[in-house]
Amino acid sequence: MSGALVSPDLFTLCKVLITGIMKIQSDAILASAPVGSPVEPLRGIAYFLMEDWFLTFNAWMIAITIMVTWAAAIQLLTLMWMERKFYSRLQDRYGIMISIWSLPFWPFSWWAKRKNKPTHKGLGYLQNVADGVKLLQKENITPATADSAMFHTAPVLIASSTVMIFAALPFSEGFVIANVPMSLLFILAAFSLAPLGILIAGWSSNNKYTLIGGMRAAAQLMAYEIPLLLAVVAVLMYAGSLNVIDIVHKQELPLAMAGPIPIPSWNVFSIPQFIGFAVFATAMMAEMERIPFDIPEAEAELVEGWLTEYSGMRFGLVFGFKWLRALAGSALVVILYFGGWSGPVFLTLAPSVGSTVVPIPIIPHEVWFLIKVYLLYLVFVWVSWSVPRVRIDQILNIGWKRLIPLSLLAILLAAGLAAFGPALGGVR
Amino acid sequence: MVEFWVNMGPQHPMTHGLWNMRVKIDGETITDAEPEIGYLHRGYEKIMEVREFQKNVVLTDRLCYVSSITWSHAYCLACEKMMDVEVPPRGQWIRVISLELQRIASHLMWLAAYGPDLGLLTGLLWALRERELFLDLLQLLSGARMNQNFPRIGGARNDLPPDFDKYCFKIIKHFREKLDEYESLFHDSKIFRMRTEGVGRISRADAINWGVTGPNLRACGVNVDFRRLEPYETYDEVDFEPQVWKGGDGGDSYARFMCRFNELEESCRIIEQAVKKIPEGPYRAKAPRRAEGEGFARTEDSRGEALFYVIGDGDDRPYRVKIRSPVFCTMAATPIMLRGYKMADVVSILGSVDVCVGEMDK
Repeated sequence: MSGALVSPDLFTLCKVLITGIMKIQSDAILASAPVGSPVEPLRGIAYFLMEDWFLTFNAWMIAITIMVTWAAAIQLLTLMWMERKFYSRLQDRYGIMISIWSLPFWPFSWWAKRKNKPTHKGLGYLQNVADGVKLLQKENITPATADSAMFHTAPVLIASSTVMIFAALPFSEGFVIANVPMSLLFILAAFSLAPLGILIAGWSSNNKYTLIGGMRAAAQLMAYEIPLLLAVVAVLMYAGSLNVIDIVHKQELPLAMAGPIPIPSWNVFSIPQFIGFAVFATAMMAEMERIPFDIPEAEAELVEGWLTEYSGMRFGLVFGFKWLRALAGSALVVILYFGGWSGPVFLTLAPSVGSTVVPIPIIPHEVWFLIKVYLLYLVFVWVSWSVPRVRIDQILNIGWKRLIPLSLLAILLAAGLAAFGPALGGVR
Repeated sequence: MVEFWVNMGPQHPMTHGLWNMRVKIDGETITDAEPEIGYLHRGYEKIMEVREFQKNVVLTDRLCYVSSITWSHAYCLACEKMMDVEVPPRGQWIRVISLELQRIASHLMWLAAYGPDLGLLTGLLWALRERELFLDLLQLLSGARMNQNFPRIGGARNDLPPDFDKYCFKIIKHFREKLDEYESLFHDSKIFRMRTEGVGRISRADAINWGVTGPNLRACGVNVDFRRLEPYETYDEVDFEPQVWKGGDGGDSYARFMCRFNELEESCRIIEQAVKKIPEGPYRAKAPRRAEGEGFARTEDSRGEALFYVIGDGDDRPYRVKIRSPVFCTMAATPIMLRGYKMADVVSILGSVDVCVGEMDK
């Protein structure tokens, strides 16, 4: 049973869409320029529009645009909103409350006044938009002594490498731009590009705080990137594939039955993978630069760390894309350990269209995936707002002395259980 | 590796106020440190010479704006000794109550600042939330939330408001529950202990030699609390335990944190006893307008030993005033605490010292 909203995949949908649009246009041109008329050469444009390579190119472009808009506009704002609301509640306050009725122009202000609505007691979803608009209006200052070219390159590098993750990150079987065979490797590679940008940003700003922040990012990189990759190796032992979609498929099989409810064989339910999950989640918090590990921008001692000299939207870009990395990180944890988008489909409407039965799931795969990602992200937020920041030497100790041995143990156990688990009665 | 100086201040998130901590770092390790103070010098000792004795209370309130009453009280005590004024018992008890309320409010402000220093912003909001309750009590007592202008030479400005004891009991009961929450947020947290234990260590001898006082000295295991040692007001009649670090070699950030944190509980105990024991009677004695002679008083401020030395020459204003600020002396010892630790420890050490720039620069 297909449970995904986007099926069979994003590219095919976009191809159908663009083919339809181009067909209408070329038909219109063909009709308005009949053979023998003075505008007959226009028919060439119509043929061009229906060329296969042109349609494929456009389909890719639309697929990428849909994915980036979905991730960078909708999910980014949602995650920021969720975090701000959640930690505000943790701190006994309401948090952001700007709503659509707070907008100071017609019709919102007029309507709010007429209905006597409190203008600043909304859900606060628009606050991040307002912050972004404010940052856009601010001046972009380049320090006089900064290495201007590198200073301007760094935010682009960070932002583009973050968007690159979403080229291979699936939200469901179909909701993915490119389903490449080694997508997991690609995602992790794109993930670890950003610290390079941080180092460049810190060094080129020509400021002591940013320099220390950039150096901290470089030192920290080695400490968490290695256990991160080693924990993934343990997952590969079970999955036998570097494709994230295959990894999710492996976890969809039922593990055991608790009454009528089947327990799926998520990776987190096995002994070695649980160790790997602990390592991976910890390293992922460092990768996202969340608070126990946000030492490159430790604002207490380094002002804003490597971000200090950035202003305006350049600051907004690198600051906001932290949430996009958080989304990608949470999504990766869900894919590797929590069964991705697989979930119980409670009820399926099956209306008959002509003679074929079209199954429509009540809770589609994409929604299951987002529910898991949001819950996991809230756990990350919860942790990061209730612990202090660790020191640079302490994160190196945690990385080298705790996480790497643990991840090696996970690999060892995973290899042993993958080989002899069935002989031992299905231990995993 | 090249060593270089990094300015932490005067406009820096680490400094709670306007001062500059210059640290010389080798990579991440601090090799030298140098506090630069004086940005907030307002010439208190000189201004006080041209104002009348009673009117100086307004000034001394502003010495440390998070701990106003303790400073005004030290000044009033020095003036009373010079003028031979005896404060009536009710006045003394009112002072004890207001001092301890102010101490809790000041320590909560420190706790609120220590949280974000370590990256724990939740601590800021939680501590400020409870500080609000004690500011409400102070407002009930004196009419103002900050810079209360409450102690007077010869007593206190006004009597306790009706039902003050009930409000005190209610708020303290609530506060005790919240103290458990702070415990789980702060010193039960493994990462908090990682950041504070063994950091910023200063030996007992160094601390005494450099004039470190108050909770910072008691964290080194030295039992010096002027409320016990030289009881002023009615501190000899209340039962409380000066908070001294007992767990072996202290003197680190964690010991300083624990001493201050436990003082919150002790101050609650003092307030409870004081509102029960307070007698009826006048709360303020008439103080002379002019005075001649010398007055000297030292009290246990929220941050250490506050000392006032006032000389009168028969005029209605002091001839000379000397203020000893505890933070000023502690600041001289901070390079000893900082050397050899990491750059991230600057916030963990200076946050635990509890810097108040107003009284430091006078």
